[in-house]
Amino acid sequence: MPLDTNFTNQKFKQVGTRPLRPDGVDKVTGRAKYGADYNAPGQLIALVLRSPHAHAKIKKIDTSKAEKLPGVKAIITSADLPDLTAGDRGMRDMLENCMARKKVLYDGHAVAAVAAIDQTTARKALKLIQVDYEILPHVTDVDEALKPSAPVIHNDIFTEGVEPKPTKPSNNNKRASFGHGDIEQGFKDADIIVEHTYKTEQTHQGYIEPHACVANVSPDGQGELWVCTQGHFVYRNQCAALLGMDISKLRVTASEIGGGFGGKTHIWTEPLALALSRKANRPVKLTMSREEVFRCSGPTSSTSIDMKIGAKRDGTITAAHGVLRYHGGAFPATWAEFGAMTAFACYDLKNVKSESIEVIVNRPKTAAYRAPSAPMAAFAVESAIDELAKKIGMDAVELRIKNAAKQGTQSSYGPVYGPIGIGATLEAAKNHAHMKAPLGKNQGRGMACGFWFNFGGQTCCDINVTPDGTVTVAVGTIDVGGSRASIGLMAAEELGISYDNVRVVIADTSSLGHNDMTDGSRGTFSTGLATIAAARNAIKVLCARAAKMWDIPEDAVIWEDGHAKPAGTNAGNFPPLSIKEIAAAAGNTGGPIAGHNELVADGAGVSFATHICDIEVDPETGRSTVKRYTVIQDAGKAIHPSYVEGQYQGGAAQGIGWALNEEYIYGKDGRLQNAGFLDYRIPVCSDLPFIDTMILEIPNPNHPYGVRGVGETSIVPPLAAVANAMSNAVGIRLTHIPMSPPRVLKAISARKH
Amino acid sequence: MAEVHLWGALRPIVGGALSVSVEAKNIRELFKILAEQYPAFEPHLQRGIAVSINGKIYRDTWDQALPSDAEIYLLPRIPGG
Amino acid sequence: MSGVHVSTTINGDAVEFVCNADEPLLDVLRNRLGMTGAKEGCGTGDCGACSVTVNGRLVCSCLVLGAEVQDAKVGTIEGMAKGDQLHPLQKNFISHAALQCGICTPGFLIAAKALLDKNPNPSEEEIRFGLAGNLCRCTGYDKIVRAVQATAKEMRGA
Repeated sequence: MPLDTNFTNQKFKQVGTRPLRPDGVDKVTGRAKYGADYNAPGQLIALVLRSPHAHAKIKKIDTSKAEKLPGVKAIITSADLPDLTAGDRGMRDMLENCMARKKVLYDGHAVAAVAAIDQTTARKALKLIQVDYEILPHVTDVDEALKPSAPVIHNDIFTEGVEPKPTKPSNNNKRASFGHGDIEQGFKDADIIVEHTYKTEQTHQGYIEPHACVANVSPDGQGELWVCTQGHFVYRNQCAALLGMDISKLRVTASEIGGGFGGKTHIWTEPLALALSRKANRPVKLTMSREEVFRCSGPTSSTSIDMKIGAKRDGTITAAHGVLRYHGGAFPATWAEFGAMTAFACYDLKNVKSESIEVIVNRPKTAAYRAPSAPMAAFAVESAIDELAKKIGMDAVELRIKNAAKQGTQSSYGPVYGPIGIGATLEAAKNHAHMKAPLGKNQGRGMACGFWFNFGGQTCCDINVTPDGTVTVAVGTIDVGGSRASIGLMAAEELGISYDNVRVVIADTSSLGHNDMTDGSRGTFSTGLATIAAARNAIKVLCARAAKMWDIPEDAVIWEDGHAKPAGTNAGNFPPLSIKEIAAAAGNTGGPIAGHNELVADGAGVSFATHICDIEVDPETGRSTVKRYTVIQDAGKAIHPSYVEGQYQGGAAQGIGWALNEEYIYGKDGRLQNAGFLDYRIPVCSDLPFIDTMILEIPNPNHPYGVRGVGETSIVPPLAAVANAMSNAVGIRLTHIPMSPPRVLKAISARKH
Repeated sequence: MAEVHLWGALRPIVGGALSVSVEAKNIRELFKILAEQYPAFEPHLQRGIAVSINGKIYRDTWDQALPSDAEIYLLPRIPGG
Repeated sequence: MSGVHVSTTINGDAVEFVCNADEPLLDVLRNRLGMTGAKEGCGTGDCGACSVTVNGRLVCSCLVLGAEVQDAKVGTIEGMAKGDQLHPLQKNFISHAALQCGICTPGFLIAAKALLDKNPNPSEEEIRFGLAGNLCRCTGYDKIVRAVQATAKEMRGA
């Protein structure tokens, strides 16, 4: 029976409490095993040779000298990874990103890989590989790449989404648009119009754990992969497809994951490790260096956005128009499209249009980064709305409240909203003590809103009742930030047993059906749904077993507080049977007791947030410091509030880093100049204040507990919240992120002169 | 007969219309009919299309019924981070 | 390359190993001694995930050579709990939800312990600057600082 996912407004005994996470002790004692913490007997160490050029033809690769070096066991190039993708462009790009084929497309693109008996030997071998390049002109800037004079990176890319189809290839792989109404009329009706071009620089997810895996492929075609990933089933499917293996023969075990934020939803070096292991017939360990993580694993897009918003003097927005240019790195992608979908989602707009332009540049393949594409769009929209409020002379919160989307509003991306929380987060912000707190010299306060979709996807769950009545829950979604605790709470809630009697594990790919990744804020939402359904299925079995023990019909048994009870006095007068008693008798009532569920978890609720930021700017140096920060977000229902708060705080901190410091800096030579944590500076403890959180709970009607995803939305508002605070602190409107000290100083001195 | 609204990238393949009318009992049949009528629809479907029915977004439940009076939008299948 | 023979003390136990002359202490701990609690986040001393103490001093073990710890006293995360008793910092990190992914946690615990050993009553600012050499990308540091504050208070009271 499918799970009835309608919100039930039930009263909870355990959901909403804050128990200790089950993996806590392992993680504070150093025992938890992450990607690089596993070693296989007899393993080789692999290293990857990477292109020093942004764009070049590979004329020849000579590995003969390296092969002769004692201790080298296998070397691979693209010749060892034949194209098995049968016309699937997405898979072919994935293969080409893992290992360059005819051309290198960015600084850091892999061209060969070596497996040797130790790191020293592998390093020597890399130096002996000779690659003959023919350097080509390159382009790394999102706007430059669209100019007619720009070098065309792929000669088989013709802009999609325009009629007639272009006859010449270009670096613009797709255009799309969303919206409704008549923006021309809307701008005619406006009393005040704000119009700017905004830019944001490229940032990296910046997870502290570099990618790492241990691959072990035997000549019989069976393989094992230990890897840090946000989705071991997806990694399995993609690696098997690229290497021509049967999916069932490749067993992937997910390590603990040291952060991902979207960056570990894509395969990078895993196919190389598998191919090396297959060639050498030995286990192969491949760990990226931090420099490699920056140069060649998934940063997000840099962007350039034209934004125009018009309003009446009373604050009613009459029209909004955005043109969003995002790059996908060296491969065709649709990141601008997602930006265009989310840009105006917070508002109730009669006339709105957002257009997306996808751009290809000589930079690493862009990967998903927490609420992918939404923060940059929100930066442009929320900056413009703030400026509009100033021009009208209206309070920034009031203007947003006046125009906020609500139930029944047609969203800017099309559909009409059900119950949503943007209005509630704005009202909470308006009434928050933070809004009324006094500000000091050189300080300013800003606020901004943000939106993210969230989604569900393919999910399954096995619940097994063990002979002593305690329970194991096997799930297939990676725990990136405490989800085992949330899943355990939901299983305990349904079964009516103690949280301490539930153990949640992440099963390997041979132990459970396919699961989509932990992304799209789906972990707790969709695995929660599968867990609730599996628990309800287990309860049916428990009741059936109790019926046998009592010798009464199955439908005469109900489940309450972890016990089977006769449904009524007619069913018989039996004392309740505990899960422990039923489990102990299982061997003679039909065997092991379990509940399973497989589902597609559609119906994740959209999520909104409003952030408030106080900033202090040093006018002498341009350095700015966030003094106070508040996150208000709708969670639907917070299963484990501590980890919901943690998601809010972590997303805000990443957004603050993006707003103030973080950026990829490319030289004229097309090479990344700051591939390390010293020069790519993410916020440290002394950069930030405490981050206050407020969890609102507007139930998602499509989940029995009302859960929405919470993981991503919190990174959407900070870019604009910080920029708006900056504008209020020093009276300058910065339209280029990050607002690093040199940019702020330049803007301050430009105003003085 | 359901009115199916298209986002900008799909409009060129149906000759520029904002929406198309399709007689389909569920999402699976809708996709089948669109792919038959408009060959250029196929690559979009391969990359992933979500369907919003009365505001609830379906990515994978292709059995979902399309009531004739429903508000239906085709949307790109979004990724997550 | 001929190996360097090193005799040292790690978490109170006498340990001997042979390492290459250019081998970081982090690699010795992780690859030769099987102590994988210290993590490599950068290899350049910027992230603090590999924090250990050498003769009581907080260091990044990726920036110390294995050969340098001859006759030294090394402290790692594996030695923080005493038997089955977690250190108060370890307990408070769990109860305050001060970790999400947990990769930076061993480094933070070592750094926080080094801070509290020197300064049992640190201000919020002293905690923030004391931990500024350790990167965390998940938490925004809020719950980490609170866990350290709670521990300091608890240990002063004890």
